[in-house]
Amino acid sequence: MTTEAADSTEAVGTIAPAAEPGFLQRHGATIEYILIPGAALAGALVAFGIFVAMFGKNPLDLYFYMYYGAFGTWFSWQNTLTRAAPLILTALCTALPAQLGMVIIGGEGALVIGALSATSAALALQGMPPLVVQIAMVIAGVIGGGLWIMLSGALRQYRGVNETISSLLLVYIALAILNHLVEGVMRDPASLNKPSTREIGAANMIGTIPGTDVHWGLVFGLIAAIAAYILIYRTVFGFAARVAGGNIRAAKIVGLNVSKLILAICFLAGGAAGLAGMVEVAAVQGRTNANLAAGYGFTGILVAFLARQNPLAIIPVAILLGGISASGGLLQRRLGLPDASVLVLQGIIFVFVLASDALYGRIGFLKGRS
Amino acid sequence: MADGSIGLWTVPLAVLGGAIRVSTPFLFVSLGECITERSGRINLGLEGTLVMGAMSAYGISYLTGSPWLGVLAAGITGALLGALHAGICSLPRVNDIAVGIALMLFGTGLAFYLGKPLIEPTAPRLPAIDFGWWSDVPQVRAALRVNVLFLIGVALAPILYWAFRTTRWGLLIRTAGESSDAARAMGHSVLLIRLRATMVGGFLAGIGGSFLSLFYPGSWNEGLSSGQGITAVALVIFARWDPLLCLWASLAFGGAAALGPALQSVGVTSGYHLFNAAPYILTLAIMIITCSPKRTLTGAPAELSITR
Repeated sequence: MTTEAADSTEAVGTIAPAAEPGFLQRHGATIEYILIPGAALAGALVAFGIFVAMFGKNPLDLYFYMYYGAFGTWFSWQNTLTRAAPLILTALCTALPAQLGMVIIGGEGALVIGALSATSAALALQGMPPLVVQIAMVIAGVIGGGLWIMLSGALRQYRGVNETISSLLLVYIALAILNHLVEGVMRDPASLNKPSTREIGAANMIGTIPGTDVHWGLVFGLIAAIAAYILIYRTVFGFAARVAGGNIRAAKIVGLNVSKLILAICFLAGGAAGLAGMVEVAAVQGRTNANLAAGYGFTGILVAFLARQNPLAIIPVAILLGGISASGGLLQRRLGLPDASVLVLQGIIFVFVLASDALYGRIGFLKGRS
Repeated sequence: MADGSIGLWTVPLAVLGGAIRVSTPFLFVSLGECITERSGRINLGLEGTLVMGAMSAYGISYLTGSPWLGVLAAGITGALLGALHAGICSLPRVNDIAVGIALMLFGTGLAFYLGKPLIEPTAPRLPAIDFGWWSDVPQVRAALRVNVLFLIGVALAPILYWAFRTTRWGLLIRTAGESSDAARAMGHSVLLIRLRATMVGGFLAGIGGSFLSLFYPGSWNEGLSSGQGITAVALVIFARWDPLLCLWASLAFGGAAALGPALQSVGVTSGYHLFNAAPYILTLAIMIITCSPKRTLTGAPAELSITR
C-alpha cells in the first residue's frame, strides 16, 4: 500500500519541478520526512478500514466518526489536545535517547514513578502556597521519572544490559510499586473500591488554559518539545549526543564523555515522562491510582517513531494520535467497535511506519540529478 | 487455605507447583525466541504473540470444543505473526527491535479487539495428568497436576539442543546467525532462513499463550499476560542461547512468579504486588550480573543486533 502511495506522488512530482526547478531535489530529505510517514499513515488507515469492513462496519462511517471525534468540534479538539499533552512528553522519553542510538520503551514506568513522586511531594507540602506545591511537584516528577530511565541508561553503559528490555522490565516493576503503595502506606482509607492516594487538594491543581478545557499540561509539553529540539539541534551538548549516536568510536576518539551523555540524555528523557505523570496527577486525576497507567507511555513510543525521533515533529504527531484516542469513545458508541480498536489502529500504523523506512532515498523524483 | 497439618510447607510446595505450572509459557516463548535469535534476529513482539495465541486458543477451543485444536490455532497464529515480523524485517533498513515493539502493540491490541466476546463464555480446557495420586495432601496433589504441554516443552529443550548441534537445519540457522555472508556464500538465502526461524519461534510462543488461556490461569481476559513474553526474551539472553539453560531458567522464573500467590495463601499479604514483580526483578538482577560492557556475551550469535 505504501508503494502505491509513492507511485501516485511520483505523478505529482513530474509536474512540480517545472514551476520551480530543483526545489524538490533541494528539499528532498524534508519532503521525504513528511511524505513517507504521511503515506504510511494513509496506508494504515486504509488497512484499518478493510479490517473493520470485515466485521460488517462501513469504513466511510469509521473515517467520518474518527475525524468528528478527533477534530470535528471544539469539544473534540479540546479532548484531543488534552490527550496530546502527555503523549508529547512520553514521546520525548523515546526520542531523546534515540539521538544516542538507544531504544528506550519504558516511558510508562517513568510516568508512573513521576506521578508517585509528584503526589508524594504535594502530600508532604500540604498547607503551603499552591505555587510552591506545584513547583515542588514538577521537580519531584521530573527527578523521579528521570532517575528511573537513567537507571536503564546506567545499566546499559556500565553493565552492558540491553536498554530496551531493561526499560520495559522497569515498567512492570514501576506498576508493582504503584499498586504496592496505593494499596499500602499511601492509601487513602476513604478510597474503597479503587485504592488511591489522598487527593492533592483542589487549590494545588494546575487548572486549565483560560477560555478552554485544555489543561496547562499542553503548554508544559510544547515547552519541553521545543526545548528538546533546541537542545539536540542548536547546542554543543546536542551535537555531541548526535555524534555519539552516529559513531560511538569516533565520539570517544574526539574525547566526548559518552557515559555522561548517556546518563544526562536518559535523565532528561525520563524527566519528560515523569512530568507527564505529574501533569496527569495535577491536572486530571488529582491523586494517584491505577488509572495513571492508561497506556500513554506506550502510545508515546509510536509517536516518537512516527515523528522520526524529531522533537518538533512530535507535537503534530502527538495531536494526531491524541485525536485517534479521543475518537475511540465515539467509535464505541456509534459503531459498536470495542475500545481496543484504537490499539489495533495504533499497531497497524506502527507496522506501516516501520515498513515505510525502506522507502527513504528511493523515491526517484526527489533524488538529485548530478 | 493453608492446611494446618503442613503449615509453612505450603510455600515451597506452591513454589514447586508454580515452577511446573507457571514456567510453561516462559519455556515455550524462550525456546521459540532461542531459535529466532540463533538465526540472527530478535523478535521482541513475542509478548503480542503470546497474547494473540492465548486469545485464539480460547476462541477456537470454545467454538470447536477441542482444546487441542485451540493449541494448534494458537501456534498457527503465532507463526503468522512471526511471518509478518520476518517479512517487514527483510525490507532494507528496517530495525528488527522496532518492528518487535510494533508487533507487541499490534498483537495485544488485536487480541483485545477480537477477544472481547470471549471474556464471558467458558471454553473447554486442556486436561492435566495427575502425578500426585500417591499423596493425601491436597497441596501436593495440586502442585503435581502437570499439563501435557509442560512435558512437551521439557522434551523439546534437549531435542532443540541436539538439533542445533547436529542437524542440517540447526547448522543452517546457526550459520545465518553467526555470519550471514557465510550462509550466503554457501548458497542459502539468509532472509528465508530467518523467516522460517521466526515463524517457528512464533509458533512456539503462540502455544505458550494457549497454555495461559487453556490451562493456567485458564481463562481469557485482558490482564492475562503482563510481560511474560518480554521476560522470556530476556531469559534467552542470560540462558546464553542454550535451549537446556532456557529450561532451567524457565523453571526458576515459574517458581519466582508463584512466590507472591504462595505467600498470600499462608497469610503474608503485605508485599503482594512486590512479590508479583519478582520475575521482573529477578530478570533484571540476573541481566545485571551476567552482562558485561566489555566483552560480547559468550554464545551470542554474532549477527544479533542486540549484542552488537
